[in-house]
Amino acid sequence: MPLALLVICLTFTTSSPPGPALTARVPASLGGAGQDVGRSCILVSIAGKNVMLDCGMHMGYNDDRRFPDFSYITQNGRLTDFLDCVIISHFHLDHCGALPYFSEMVGYDGPIYMTHPTKAICPILLEDYRKITVDKKGETNFFTSQMIKDCMKKVVAVHLHQTVQVDEELEIKAYYAGHVLGAAMFQIKVGCESVVYTGDYNMTPDRHLGAAWIDKCRPDLLITESTYATTIRDSKRCRERDFLKKVHETVERGGKVLIPVFALGRAQELCILLETFWERMNLKAPIYFSTGLTEKANHYYKLFITWTNQKIRKTFVQRNMFEFKHIKAFDRAFADNPGPMVVFATPGMLHAGQSLQIFRKWAGNEKNMVIMPGYCVQGTVGHKILSGQRKLEMEGRQILEVKMQVEYMSFSAHADAKGIMQLIRQAEPRNVLLVHGEAKKMEFLKQKIEQEFHVNCYMPANGETTTIFTNPSIPVDISLGLLKRETAIDAKKPKLMHGTLIMKDNSFRLVSPEQALKELGLAEHQLRFTCRVHIQDPRKEHETVLRVYNHLKGVLKDYSVQHLPDGSITVESILIQATAHLEDQGTKVLLVSWTYQDEELGSYLTSLLKKGLPQSTS
Amino acid sequence: MAAHLKKRVYEEFTKVVQQQHEDLSAKKLRLTKPSKSAALHVDLCKATSPADALQYLLQFARKPVEVESVEGVVRILLEHYYKENDASVRLKIASLLGLLSKTPGFSPDCIMDDAINTLQNEKSHQVLAQLLDTLLVIGTKLTENPSVRMRLVEVACKHLTDSSHGVRNKCLQLIGCLGPVEKGVAKEAESQAAKDVQKIIGDHFNDQDPRVRTAAIKAMLQLHERGLKLQQAIYGQACKLLADDYEQVRSAAVQLIWVLSQLYPESIVPIPSSNEEIRLVDDAFGKICHMVSDGSWVVRVQAAKLLGSMQQVSSHFLEQTLDKKLMSDLRRKRTAHERAKELYSSGEFSSGRKWGDDAPKEEIDTGAVNLIESGACGAFVHGLEDEMYEVRIAAVEALCMLAQSSPSFAEKCLDFLVDMFNDEIEEVRLQSIHTMRKISNNITLREDQLDTVLAVLEDSSRDIREALHELLCCTNVSTKEGIHLALVELLKNLTKYPTDRESIWKCLKFLGSRHPTLVLPLVPELLSTHPFFDTPEPDMDDPAYIAVLVLIFNAAKSCPTMPALFSDHTFRHYAYLRDSLSHLVPPLRLPGRKLVSSPVSPSITPHEDPSQQFLHQSLERVYNLQHLDPQGIQELLEFTIRDLQRLGELQSELAGMADFTATYLQCQLLLIKALQEKLWNVAAPLYLKQNALASAAAKQILEETYKMEFMYSGVESRQVVIIHHMRLQAKALQLIVTARTTRGVEPLFGMCEKFLQEVDSFQRCFISELPQMQGSFVDKLLDLMPRLVTSKPSEVVKILQTTLRQSTFLHLPLPEQLHRASANIIEPTGESDNPLRFTSGLVVALDVDATLEHVQDPQGTVKVQVLYPDGQAQLIHPKPADFRNPGPGRHRLITQVYLSHTAWTEPCQIEVRLLLAYNSNRSKAAAKIAKSTWNESPEALPQPENGIEGTIPFSKPVKVYIMPKPARR
Repeated sequence: MPLALLVICLTFTTSSPPGPALTARVPASLGGAGQDVGRSCILVSIAGKNVMLDCGMHMGYNDDRRFPDFSYITQNGRLTDFLDCVIISHFHLDHCGALPYFSEMVGYDGPIYMTHPTKAICPILLEDYRKITVDKKGETNFFTSQMIKDCMKKVVAVHLHQTVQVDEELEIKAYYAGHVLGAAMFQIKVGCESVVYTGDYNMTPDRHLGAAWIDKCRPDLLITESTYATTIRDSKRCRERDFLKKVHETVERGGKVLIPVFALGRAQELCILLETFWERMNLKAPIYFSTGLTEKANHYYKLFITWTNQKIRKTFVQRNMFEFKHIKAFDRAFADNPGPMVVFATPGMLHAGQSLQIFRKWAGNEKNMVIMPGYCVQGTVGHKILSGQRKLEMEGRQILEVKMQVEYMSFSAHADAKGIMQLIRQAEPRNVLLVHGEAKKMEFLKQKIEQEFHVNCYMPANGETTTIFTNPSIPVDISLGLLKRETAIDAKKPKLMHGTLIMKDNSFRLVSPEQALKELGLAEHQLRFTCRVHIQDPRKEHETVLRVYNHLKGVLKDYSVQHLPDGSITVESILIQATAHLEDQGTKVLLVSWTYQDEELGSYLTSLLKKGLPQSTS
Repeated sequence: MAAHLKKRVYEEFTKVVQQQHEDLSAKKLRLTKPSKSAALHVDLCKATSPADALQYLLQFARKPVEVESVEGVVRILLEHYYKENDASVRLKIASLLGLLSKTPGFSPDCIMDDAINTLQNEKSHQVLAQLLDTLLVIGTKLTENPSVRMRLVEVACKHLTDSSHGVRNKCLQLIGCLGPVEKGVAKEAESQAAKDVQKIIGDHFNDQDPRVRTAAIKAMLQLHERGLKLQQAIYGQACKLLADDYEQVRSAAVQLIWVLSQLYPESIVPIPSSNEEIRLVDDAFGKICHMVSDGSWVVRVQAAKLLGSMQQVSSHFLEQTLDKKLMSDLRRKRTAHERAKELYSSGEFSSGRKWGDDAPKEEIDTGAVNLIESGACGAFVHGLEDEMYEVRIAAVEALCMLAQSSPSFAEKCLDFLVDMFNDEIEEVRLQSIHTMRKISNNITLREDQLDTVLAVLEDSSRDIREALHELLCCTNVSTKEGIHLALVELLKNLTKYPTDRESIWKCLKFLGSRHPTLVLPLVPELLSTHPFFDTPEPDMDDPAYIAVLVLIFNAAKSCPTMPALFSDHTFRHYAYLRDSLSHLVPPLRLPGRKLVSSPVSPSITPHEDPSQQFLHQSLERVYNLQHLDPQGIQELLEFTIRDLQRLGELQSELAGMADFTATYLQCQLLLIKALQEKLWNVAAPLYLKQNALASAAAKQILEETYKMEFMYSGVESRQVVIIHHMRLQAKALQLIVTARTTRGVEPLFGMCEKFLQEVDSFQRCFISELPQMQGSFVDKLLDLMPRLVTSKPSEVVKILQTTLRQSTFLHLPLPEQLHRASANIIEPTGESDNPLRFTSGLVVALDVDATLEHVQDPQGTVKVQVLYPDGQAQLIHPKPADFRNPGPGRHRLITQVYLSHTAWTEPCQIEVRLLLAYNSNRSKAAAKIAKSTWNESPEALPQPENGIEGTIPFSKPVKVYIMPKPARR
C-alpha cells in the first residue's frame, strides 16, 4: 500500500459584495494526515502561501511507510520553492519524527517554526529514535546525528502569543496547547484569511501543565485533532486519587511499585504527582527514575517553568518543582534492595529494556504492583498482563508467573469530545476540519459540530483535498479628502459613497473621480440625459413653470428647488425648462435634463412629471 | 542601626518643624489667606510656557488649601483655564478643580455653573473627560440637591454622543452615580433629558467601544446599588452581552444578570428556539453556569462566585450543575463516583481494580448526546477542575453556600468536595474541608468517602489536619466500620504527628458522643478484652490508649449498657482520666460503684439551672443588704466572693459571669476596707502603713476595673458605666490618700483639676446612663460640682471623702452572655529538661502555639511577653497572619518568638506568657476625633492624652529552659 501524503486543498475564493466583480481565485492547498492517528503531516495553502503543519512519523512501520511521501507535495522542483514554512506543534515523534529526513534527505531549506521547549527537547528524542533504529536494529540509509543538528539549525523558535512575520503577508502565532511541555496551537494568517492548527491539545489541566487556551480569533478554518472524538472523560482527580492510593497502600505494606513509562511527557506528570504526594504525606520510601534521556529532559522541564501550570509557576520562586527531592536516579542494583520503593522505568509497554528487567525480578511477589499508565500495543508484555494473563512465556522458554498486582491507569493528555467543543466555542471558526482520529469516531463529532455550531465540518481521508470557500473582506485605501467630503455630514448613518476604485499593482484605492481621471490621464466626459415631458396645460408658459415649481416644491421637500429668473427650474442640478408645443399651444413640453450622476433623481423626477400636475394647484 | 536611628531623628525633626510652621500659619492666617490665591495668580501669569504653568500647578497641588480660600482659588484657576491654549495645562486645572471641590466643608455649588460652562467650548477629549470627572465630584458632594443632579445628568446626556470613549465613559459614570433613582412623579415633567436614565444607559450597551459598554453596565449596576429598580427588559440585552468579545464586558454582564435574577426571580422568560418558558432565575442560573467555562479566568471567577448566592434556583437545575455524562467510544460510562457508590452498596469492600473495570457498558444514542450544554449542566464539574485555583476556590465557596440551603444538593456534591481534598493547592484543600464542615449537618459520609477524607489526615500541613479534625467532630458516619476506620486513621495520625494530641482527643470525644450505638459493638475489640482471659493492662500514659478511652467514655455517656463491657482497670482509668482530662471525659453513671461525681439530675431543665439561681441569689443578697454594719458587709462580701469563685470553677459555662461579679465585689470590698480604717482622721504622716494599704487598694481596684472592661467579651455599655464609676471611685481614693500624705498644696492643684476633668468626661460619655445611678458617688459628686470647681484642694478632698463614704454601692446588672478571655499555651509545654542552646548574640526561634478563647480582635490585642531571669522583659507583637480562627469565639495563635541574650554560665528558665493589650481610647466610651485633612495624606493623628495603655496577663506563664552559649572565637 503506497502511503501517500494526505493533501487537503483549500481554495480560498474571494467573492466580493455587489459592485464590480472582484472575484480572484487564489489557488491554495492544504495537506495533512487525516482519519488516522500517528504520522501527522498537513499541507495548507492559504492565499497562495503553502505551509506544512507537522512532519511526523508512524511508529508502527519500519520501512518507507514510516515517513510521509513528500513527493506528493511537488513532483518536480525543490520543496523549498514550494513551501513557505513548516510548523511543528510539539515534540512527539508522530509530529516531528520525519523532520531530519524531510529537511536533510529530501531537501528543504526554508524556515521551520516551533516553540522553545520543543526546539530544546525535539533533538533529544530524534537522536534517541535514531539510535534505536540505526544502532540497535542496524538499519542503514537513515538520517545521521549530523543531519539532526543541521535540521535544528533551520528551526526558528517562537514564543507564546508572539506574532511571527514569515514573509510580508504570512504571519503565524502560537497559543498554549497543554498537551506536553511546549505544545502549541498555531494560527496561520495571510491578509484577513486565517487557519488555526491545534496539534494535540488538552483542555483539562493536569499536575504539570495548564489547559489549552485560544482567543476569539474567528479563523476561517480550525484544524483540530479528534483522538477522543467519542469520549467524555471523568474528572482527573478521581484517577489521580486512585493512582496515589494504590501506590501508597502498596508502599505501606512494604511492596515495590513499578511504573513503566515513556521518558517524556506523562512521566513528568506522574513524577510531580508522586513528589507532591510524598511531600504532603511525609512519606519516606524512595522513588527512583531510570536514568538516560530523562535527566536531560528533566533539565529542560526545569528551564521552561513558564510553560507549566499555575501551581508550579507560582511556587518555583521557593522551589522548582522539577528539582525532585524524593525522586532519585535509579541504579540497576537498587532493584534487589529490600523494602518498599517506587520505580519509574522505560519503556512504557514493558516490551524491552529496564522496565522489563525489573518486572521480571518483581513479578513473583504478590506484595508488589505494576501500574501501566498508558495504552499498550498488542503483543507486548504490557498488553498481555493487562488482559489478565498470569503466566508469561519469556525468551528461552522460561515461564514467568505473575503474582504481583497489575493496575491500569489512563493518563492521557488529549482533549475529549467536550474539550474539542469547548475549543471550537472559544475560537468561533467558520469551518472545522477534523484530523488525527478514527473515521468512525470523527463522523459522530462532525455531526455534533454541525448541529451545535452550524458551521461546516470536514474530515478528509489520507490524500484527500478539501477546499473551503471563504468570504474575505478586502481592504481598500481611500483618500482622506474623499472620505472627509463624503462623510462630512453625519458619521453615524450608513451612507452611499461615490468614488472611483482603482486596482493597480495589487492594491485597491478609492479616489475621487477627478483624481482618477488625472491619474489615468483621461479627459472627463459628461453624460447628460434629456427627456421631454408633455403636459396638457393651456396657460402661459411662465404660469406652467410656476405651477410645476410649486408642485415640485411641495413634493420634494428635502431638495433645493429653485425658480431661476430665466424661467427655468432647477432641482439640485437638474434643469427643467418649459416651452410651448410648436403645433399645439395647449400642450407644454417640459425639458428635463440631468447628468449621469443624478440619474436616480432625474428618472424619479421624470416619472413624477409624467403623472401630470395635480389639478387643484392653480 | 545607626542609619535607622538617623532616619528616625530626621523624621522627628521634620515633624517638629512642620508643626511649628502650622502654628505660625494658624496665627497669621488672616494675613496669608488672600495671598494664597494671589500667589497662584502671579505664578500662573509669570509662566511663559505651558510646561512652566504645569510645574506651578503641580507645586500648588501639593499644599492644602483652607476652606475659606477655595472659592477664590477656583476663580483664578478658571480664569486661567479660559486663557490657556495648552490642553495638558487645562487638564491639570480641571483635575485641580475636582480636587478642590473635595475639600471638606466647602460647598461646591457656587462653582458648578462655571464648571459646566467650561464644557461648552472644550475641544480636547481628555480635558472633557477630566471636566466631567470634576462634575462627578461636585455632584457627589451635592447629592441632596435634586435639581443640581438633574442638571448634571442633562449635561452628561448631551456629551454621550462624543466620539471619544473616555468622555462617554465618564458621562455614563456620572449618570450612574447621579441619575434619579426615586420614581420621579413631579420631576418627570420638568426634565426631559433625564427622563429615563435606564434607557439612556441601556442604549450604550451596544456601543462600539468595549470600555464604554463596560462603563454602561457598571453605571446600571451603580443605579441598582443606589436603589433604583432595574427594568426587566434589560435582561435580554444583558444576555447578549455575555457573548461579548471583551472579558471586562462579560464580567460586568454576569453581574448585571445576577442582579436581575435577584430582582425578578419568578418572572417567566421564553427559551429561544423552543416554545417552552422557564423562570428567570433558572434561566439566569443556566447562563451564569455557562460562563463558568468562559475563556477568561476573571469571568470564570466572577461567575462561580455569583452562583453561590442564587438560592432561589430550582432544584433540578441545581443538581444538573454536578452532572456530567461520561462516554467512551459512544458508550455510556459510569463515573468513578457512581462506581464507588455501587461498589459500596453491593457490599464489596475495596476490590483490586482490574483493567477494564471501568469498561463502558450501554450503547448511547448518538442523537441524544449533547456535547455543549445549554443549561447548568456540569458547571461545577468544570469549575472544580479549572486550571486556576482562584476559580476552584470560588466554585467550592459557591458549592458551600448552595449546599447549606439545599440538603439534597449537599448530599450530591459530597463526592466532588471529597475529591477537592486532594487538590494540589493547599488553600483549595483547606477551603473544601471547611466547606464540608459547614454543611456537615446535612450529610452522612459513606465509607468510601470517609476513606478518602481520612487519607488526608496524613497531610504534613498542620492547618489541614486540624481542619479535618474539626470536620470529623461534626460528621455523621453511617457504619461501625466507618468509626473503626476513623479511629485507626486518627491513631496513625497521632503516631506520625504527636503534637496533634489535643486536637485528636477532642475529635474523638465528639465522634464518640455522636455515634454511641456504632461504638458499642467495637468496645471489646478496642479495649482488647477477652471473655475468658485477663489481658494485660495498657499503659495509662499512652496517648493512643487515652484516645481510645476518650472515644469509648463519650459513647458510654448515652449508652448505659456499655460500662458492662469494661474491665476493672478501665474503671480505674476512667477515674483517673475524669480527674486529669475532665474536659474530654464526661461524668458517667457506673454500675456497682459509688458515683464519682454527682451528675446533674435530669429532672431539672437548663432554664432553672440551680447554679444560675445560686448566682443571682447571692448577688441579690449582697445588693439588698446595704445598711448592715460595716463588719457584716465585709464578711458577707468575702463569703460571696468565695462562693462565686468556687462556682466559676465548677460550672464552666457560668465562669465568665461568676468571675466578673466576683471581681466587682472584690473591688467594692477593697474600697470599703480602705474607707473603714479608723485612723483616717489622724494626721497622715504618722500612719504610713495605713496609707500603704489604702493606696494599694486604690491601685488594685484600678487594675481590676481594666480587667473587667477589656478581658470579658459581651460587656455592654450598662456594665461599662459601672466599671468606669468604680474606677472613678478608686481615683478619688487615690486623690484622698495623696492629699493626706503629701505636704504642700502645689501638687494637689494639678491632681484635683485632673480629677474634675475626669468627672466631667465621665458625665459627657455616659450622660444617658446617669439617671440610673441615683445616690451613687458620681451622682452626688455632680450635684456638688459647682462647689468643687471653686473650692480649694483641701476642701475638695474633704468633700470627696464624705461623698465616698456616703455613696451607695451600685447594682451591677449582668449581661446575657459573658465570657472571660483566656489563653492556654500549648507549646512550649514547659516540661523539657533539655535547654534550648544557642550562641549568644544570635537569635533562636521559639515556636509558640496557644489557643485563645473569647478574645475580640486578637490581631490587635494579643501580645507575647518573654521574661528573662535578669528581669528584662520583651514584648512581641505576633503577625496578623499568625492568628487562625477555627470557630466562633476561638482563636489559635501559632507564631515564632525570637529570643536572644548575652551568654550565661548556666541554663536558666525564661517565662513566656500572653498579654492582652488595652487602650482606654479603644473602649466604647472613647470619643471619635474627626479627621480633616485636605489631601487625605495619612498623617498620624495625635493621641489624646488621657489614653491609658496597658496590658493584662491572661495566660499561665510557661517556663522555657534556655542556654545562650558564649560565641566561639
